[in-house]
Amino acid sequence: MPILEGVGVTKYFGGLAAVSNVDFQVDQGEIVGLIGPNGAGKTTLFGLISSAHVLKSGAIKFKGENITGLKPHQICRKGLVRTFQSVKVFPNMSVINNVELGVHFGTSERVTQAQAAEEAAKLLEFVGLSEMALLPTRDLTLANQKLIEVARALATKPEVLLLDEIMAGLNSTETAQTMELVTKIRAQGITIFMIEHVMKAIMSICDRIMVLHHGEKIAEGTPKEIANSKTVIEVYLGE
Amino acid sequence: MIVTFLDIVIAGLLLGGLYALISMGLSLQYGVARVLNISHGEFIMLGGLTTWMLYTVFDINPLLCLAICGPIAFILGYGIHRTIFKRLLATSPSPGIFESNSMLASFGLLFIIQNLAQLSWGPEIRGYSYLRVPVDLGGALFGANRLITLGFALLIGIAFYIFLTKTRMGKAIRAAAQDPSTAGLLGVNINRVLALCFGLGAAMAACAGMLVSMTYPVHTIMGMEYTVIAIIVVVLGGLGSIPGSFIGGFILGLIGSIVTFFEPGLALAAYYIIFILLLLLKPTGLMGK
Amino acid sequence: MNKLTLKSKNFLELLLRVIVLLVVIIGMAYVLPNYASVYELLLLSAIFMYIVLTSSWVMFSGPTGYISLAPAAFFGVGIYVAASQGMNMPLLVVVLVGGLASAGLALLVGALTLRLKGIYFAIFTFGLVEMIKHLLLWYEIKFTGTRGRFVVLVDHTTVYQIMLAILVLTLLTAYLIRRSRFGMALQSIGEQEEAAQHIGINVTLLKVSVFAISAFFMGAAGTIMATRWTYVDPYIAFDLNRSFTPVLMAIFGGMGQPWGPVLGAAIFAYLEELFITEFPYYYMLIFGIILTISVLYLPNGLAGLIQKWRTRATGGKDAHS
Repeated sequence: MPILEGVGVTKYFGGLAAVSNVDFQVDQGEIVGLIGPNGAGKTTLFGLISSAHVLKSGAIKFKGENITGLKPHQICRKGLVRTFQSVKVFPNMSVINNVELGVHFGTSERVTQAQAAEEAAKLLEFVGLSEMALLPTRDLTLANQKLIEVARALATKPEVLLLDEIMAGLNSTETAQTMELVTKIRAQGITIFMIEHVMKAIMSICDRIMVLHHGEKIAEGTPKEIANSKTVIEVYLGE
Repeated sequence: MIVTFLDIVIAGLLLGGLYALISMGLSLQYGVARVLNISHGEFIMLGGLTTWMLYTVFDINPLLCLAICGPIAFILGYGIHRTIFKRLLATSPSPGIFESNSMLASFGLLFIIQNLAQLSWGPEIRGYSYLRVPVDLGGALFGANRLITLGFALLIGIAFYIFLTKTRMGKAIRAAAQDPSTAGLLGVNINRVLALCFGLGAAMAACAGMLVSMTYPVHTIMGMEYTVIAIIVVVLGGLGSIPGSFIGGFILGLIGSIVTFFEPGLALAAYYIIFILLLLLKPTGLMGK
Repeated sequence: MNKLTLKSKNFLELLLRVIVLLVVIIGMAYVLPNYASVYELLLLSAIFMYIVLTSSWVMFSGPTGYISLAPAAFFGVGIYVAASQGMNMPLLVVVLVGGLASAGLALLVGALTLRLKGIYFAIFTFGLVEMIKHLLLWYEIKFTGTRGRFVVLVDHTTVYQIMLAILVLTLLTAYLIRRSRFGMALQSIGEQEEAAQHIGINVTLLKVSVFAISAFFMGAAGTIMATRWTYVDPYIAFDLNRSFTPVLMAIFGGMGQPWGPVLGAAIFAYLEELFITEFPYYYMLIFGIILTISVLYLPNGLAGLIQKWRTRATGGKDAHS
């Protein structure tokens, strides 16, 4: 049974179909990539999974359970969490406070403030930002803010992590570091579904890749299959 | 029975005309300048009391006061925007914060204007009689003053509609309402447009105040109730839609007239219940974007 | 060994602070009335009331950024509980009921409107006061046959003591919420509500709960203050100025520091008592000018200004909490 799956997922904004009858499956322990030209509906799909938007039709299942219609905080508690394309950290709160919030509220476990601080510190170390713990998050670079979002997401003890373009705007060193981080996260047993435009990254770390175009799924397969697919190349070059 | 029905409808239209007028001004200020001007009602009050004073003390025809109060209020509103809200635009880190800050600043204005008025005119209720000549419409009698109010509301509404759709400045205003930054790129002087809208809104409020004074008594703390009604109408018509406020005003007026017929005193409560339902079911209003 | 001594030192310090605080409170409650005049006790009661209104308002609207204009409504509900039940039940029970009734109203209003955007919420609460006023007036005239009601009279010392108790409870609750994970969560809602939802915070439940808690204290304050007025009617009880005042006091005092609103409330309450009888319009006019200036030039209020002077005086850099 796939850990995350969607059947016939559809969403309209006004008269336009942002996501049209998309089926997808992610198995436990996989890193699945989601690519497509701008406006293809990738972030909308993530929004539908995390319940930021309401589905027009179709269903989304997490660990076999239908999660369509649940509220975002409930979905997070169940073990599915996402990061945002436009980085949504809490800018005036300190870096460690951002992560602590994930610890406090991301699971149904109650922890003391001291325990939360400890866990948050460990997560900051995991993403390599320990020295910045007390700074207000708005003072960090965009790249580091993305890492904070990841740390905050990990604090909710997810089984599935949705990453939305965490490599956008990074230089090559930062991209390599982030790729390593994603692999480290999977090594902890967390399944990853990631939207990315940085082709090199997607091709090298993903087990499978899905391609969306104008809201529809047009291809799916291993990185090699996708790289050689005529349909995909047309879509990217023809635009 | 038919006469009663007509009574209610016409009374509703008369009330609606007034509501439409007081709301269009606020809609301009909120829809374009994005200022939820809580002191809107105070400009209505100023228009009303100034008219009363000019008529009873200087014997100036109230209708002429339109030409006096309107421009003065416009200059006042324009100046207020240039000094207060322009600064808030510059210092607010996000549109949401600008909206709350400007709302708070308009509180301050409310206190300032209301109390300056109290110091000048005192809290007594004033009224005057002008054109209270009954006119027969379909068997029911209505005061000429109220019909003139309706006439002016329609006139100003239509004139404004033409202004918005046919003139260059009007189109600039609509562009600014939709997308301030792009409008700026197209050569529209955004700051001037915003201040203009705020001033126009104030002028419309003052004119509405003058028309109110012809029919109802005026006093220095009358503003708040009109502000609440204006806000309800603006939400009903759709935040940001001036034609929406125009139509919304008439709808609310008709509802008010119907409710008053069955249960006088419950009109405002009825407005508010509609308001709640709107916010819950369709917050964008009838014609909102 | 070292950790233990450190902990016991902190514990002793904390215990000492609590004892001093208790002594001050008990002194104010039972010793002060013997030495203060009636006027002074009433003045203090009024100041306490404004601090309660302002601190309760900040409890919710401060961190979340949802500007509520409902304090007048909650306060008014408290007044009417006193008016309708004051003769029937012991005083403390009436005060409790007043608080609970207001909290109940807040739960209803919150559940309906806190899912909306901030500006709609503000508009809604603004109209709420006017609506309750008119609805109540219609009801009283139609069904009760009167416009206003008489309230049971309570002596000034009791009013003072109960107001003090409410004040202590309000400040204590504000403190506990602020320091808890819920305080952090409230702030995150104010900064980035969508993200807060996505990391497991039930934002609607939290917003509505804290909104209701803040309303409780406003209602209780209304109930006890009503007993000094002897006669109330819907226009007296539901006055929009009582919604604007806490907002002004909080902004002027400054919401960056927890003592900011308290400072703002104390200063303005005192000024109001001084001027409201002789120069009501001048007072309100200056009120409005100070509010406008604060919004324009003093975003962090008086407390922010004081903090700036402090850090400049000690030569320190920007301090993080």
